[in-house]
Amino acid sequence: MYKAKINVTLRKSILDPKGKAAHHALHNLGLNNINDVRIGKFIEMDIRADTEKEAYELANTACSKLLANEVMEDFQIEIEKN
Amino acid sequence: MSKNIGVIVFPGSNCDHDAYHAMKHVMNAETTFLWHKESDLSNVDLLIVPGGFSYGDYLRSGAIARFSPIMNSVVEFAKKGNPVLGICNGFQILLEAGLLPGAMLHNENLRFICKQVHIRVESTRSPFTGSMEKGQVLEVPVSHGEGNYFIEEKGLNELEQNDQIAFRYCDKDGNVTKEANINGSVSSIAGITNVEGNVLGMMPHPERAMEDVLGSGDGKLFFDSVFNRLQLA
Repeated sequence: MYKAKINVTLRKSILDPKGKAAHHALHNLGLNNINDVRIGKFIEMDIRADTEKEAYELANTACSKLLANEVMEDFQIEIEKN
Repeated sequence: MSKNIGVIVFPGSNCDHDAYHAMKHVMNAETTFLWHKESDLSNVDLLIVPGGFSYGDYLRSGAIARFSPIMNSVVEFAKKGNPVLGICNGFQILLEAGLLPGAMLHNENLRFICKQVHIRVESTRSPFTGSMEKGQVLEVPVSHGEGNYFIEEKGLNELEQNDQIAFRYCDKDGNVTKEANINGSVSSIAGITNVEGNVLGMMPHPERAMEDVLGSGDGKLFFDSVFNRLQLA
């Protein structure tokens, strides 16, 4: 068993209005040293697979088919042994 | 020949009844609700993918509805050249399904926008815009939180070259301005078609602008156009 930890974020070239709003609020809190905020999604999946590579490939398919929309989003996958 | 209109219903659709009313009672057409688990579209001449919040907009708007059983039939139906209209969430579903290019971001100002807007007809190539005139200004309502259309520059150039941009947000005089671009969409895009023109996706709601008593009857032009085209077919 493996665990996939996936981060889905808006692509760098795209303005992230939620991140921008949070950034603005953080500045209002006086946290002026925060230079940029990007907000994304975190997804965790338990995967049945024989090897780490197999688990990665399954997670990769899940991301490109459903969990992320590559027109506007990037994703990173981390695989851990359970 | 009587025309059969299909209105797809996903869990969370909420403009399905508006579309039904528009087709059945304003256009006087045979209209059927199609539950998303159905797959037979053999009696359908025109398909409407209505607005709403299919699957609660989980993950991304339209992302899950796109895998509903009926969607395989919708893709097949569209590939055969039949008219498909995706309104609001329906547009988002058609994008996710790959029937139309691009994706939808949250509105630039992060607000849910619900108001009457003006859109300018950019192309009359689609069966839905055939009875309109290029440059014509229509008044239709919008009601969405994720209507900020996005496509890479290369894709945008292709849309332009193939005459796929159907509508742009504009002011009441037809000027496409930054202020009139309510949600921050690339190139003020309010609606696009596929290359063939038979699939139209748009954020504004023509089905809610069918009767003057509701503020605007401009939505009727869409269906007059497509009914006209179906008649000729």
